[in-house]
Amino acid sequence: MSNVTIPVGPQHPALKEPASFKITINGERIERADVRLGYNHRGVEKACEERNYIQDIYLIERVCGICSHSHSTAFVLAVEEIAAIEVPKRAFYIRTIIAELERIHSHLLWLGVAGHEIGFDTLLMYSWRDREIVMDILNMLTGNRVNYGINTIGGVRRDITPKQAQEILCGIDKLEERTRYYIELATEEVTLINRLSGVGFLSHEDALHLGAIGPTGRGSAVDRDIRRDDPYLSYPELQFKIVTDDHCDVYGRTLVRVGELMESYGMIRQLLQNIPEGPISVKAPRKIPAGRAFSRYEAPRGEDVHYIQANGTDMPERVKLRAPTLANVQSVARMLENSYLADVPIVVASIDPCFSCTDRMISLRTDGPGEKLMSWPELHAFSLDWNRKNRGIDFTNLNKRLIEKKV
Amino acid sequence: MKKTGKMVSEVLKSFMKKPATELYPFVKNPKPAGFRGRIIFHYEKCIGCKLCMRDCPSKAITITKVADKKFEARINLDDCIFCAQCVDNCAKNALESTSDYELAGLSRDSLKTVFNNESVDNVALRPEE
Repeated sequence: MSNVTIPVGPQHPALKEPASFKITINGERIERADVRLGYNHRGVEKACEERNYIQDIYLIERVCGICSHSHSTAFVLAVEEIAAIEVPKRAFYIRTIIAELERIHSHLLWLGVAGHEIGFDTLLMYSWRDREIVMDILNMLTGNRVNYGINTIGGVRRDITPKQAQEILCGIDKLEERTRYYIELATEEVTLINRLSGVGFLSHEDALHLGAIGPTGRGSAVDRDIRRDDPYLSYPELQFKIVTDDHCDVYGRTLVRVGELMESYGMIRQLLQNIPEGPISVKAPRKIPAGRAFSRYEAPRGEDVHYIQANGTDMPERVKLRAPTLANVQSVARMLENSYLADVPIVVASIDPCFSCTDRMISLRTDGPGEKLMSWPELHAFSLDWNRKNRGIDFTNLNKRLIEKKV
Repeated sequence: MKKTGKMVSEVLKSFMKKPATELYPFVKNPKPAGFRGRIIFHYEKCIGCKLCMRDCPSKAITITKVADKKFEARINLDDCIFCAQCVDNCAKNALESTSDYELAGLSRDSLKTVFNNESVDNVALRPEE
C-alpha cells in the first residue's frame, strides 16, 4: 500500500489551539509526522519593547492562560536581577505558593483533557469539578481565577492573611484526598492502563536527544527539574522529590503528573507553615539600569526561559521568551512515528501543548552568518535576472558560443 | 488489584447528590473580597496626577481636566483587562475595583463609561445616551 499524507489541523487537532501536523501514513501506521507551528503569532516580544516594565508584566502574563504566573514570575525575576532589587522573603513565599497552586490546577486540567481524549469523559468531569477547589483558592488570593496579577517588580501585590492560609489548607486537604483517588484510579483501572500503555512511546535516549523537558521528559526517566537543579524563589528551602517514571509513554506522563500533584500539596503545607513575617514588596525603580538577565522557571509544562535586556529606560530593549512547548514539540513528531492514526489526539495532548504561547518568529539563515538586505531596485533586477535564467530563454550561453565562433 | 469499572461506585454515589454545577443566572457565586471586577472612579478624590494612565497596559483609562482641580475619567471597559494596576497606582484611592463581573451587553458602547460631576453614586454615565 502506498503512503498517504494527510493534514491534521490547523484547526483544533487536540486542544483548542491551532497547530498543524503533516502525517504520512501507511495503512493506519504513521510513518512520519511533521509539526507545523506559526498559526498564532501575536508579536508579544515586540509589544513588550514598546511598553514599560509594569505594563509588560500584565502582557507577559497573557502569553499563556494556564501558566500565566510562570511567565510573569520568570519575567520579574529577570528584571529584579538586572536592577539588583532585594525582594522580601515573604514575597518569594507568596509567589511560590501561587506557583504551586497553578501547577495543581494545570495538572488537574491536563488529567481531564487526557481523559477526554481517550473517551473517558467521567474522569474529565470529576477532575474538573475538583479543579474548581484550587480555582476558588486562586480567586480568593489574587482576585481572579486566571491571570492572577500577583507579581509586581519588587514583590507581590497582595498578602496572604491567616484566615486565607486556613482556607488554603482546607482546600489542599480535600484535593489531596481526591488526588489519592486518582492515583488509585491510574494504577488500578485496567481500561486506563491498557489505553495509555505503549502509546506515544518516547525512549529515554530520544527524550535526552530531543531535549524533552518537564513531565514529558520526566515520564521518560529524564531526572531534570529546574526547581531542584537551578533553584529560584523559595524552592531551596523546601523538601520535595522529583517524580520520574520509566514507562516512557503517555501512561508514564500521567503517573508523573498525578505524582507531582502530591508533591505540590506537601510544598504548599511547608510554605504556609514557614512563611516569614515582614513586608511583601519593596519600592522598585521605574527605570531599570542597563544589563541583561536570563531566568529559568519550572512551569507546569516544563522549563520556561526568559531573557531580558535593559537599556536604562523604563522599557526593555529586548524580551525573549521560550515557552516549554517549543522544547517538547519535536518529541511529539518522534512519538507519533510508528503509532496509530487514532492515537494522534492523546499523543499530542500528552505533552500538554500550548501552541499560542510557543509561537515566536523564527528566521532561518541558510547561507552562513550574516543577512543580506536588498533594496527594491536590487530586488527588481534580481527578479528579472532570475526569471530570465530559470524560466525564459537564456542567452548567455548563446552569446558565449557566438563570441567563440567569431574568435 | 487491577480491575475495571473503578469509577462506577463514585458515579453511583454522585447520582444521588445534587449537581456540582450552579444554575448561573439564578444562583450567583459570591465573589471573594478583593475581586477585580468593574472599575469605578470617585470624582471628588482625583487630583489629576495621571499615574493610572501611565501604567495602564491597555490604555483604557483617560483622565481629563474639566474645571479647576476637577477631573473626569473615561474608562473603556471593553479595553480594560481588569489587572487593577490603576487602583494600585492611585495615591488618593479615587479608583476602586468592584465585584461586578456581569459586563456583557449588546453593544460596545455600553462599556465606555464616563465619571464626572454629573455621575451620581459612582454610577457611570454613558456618553452616547
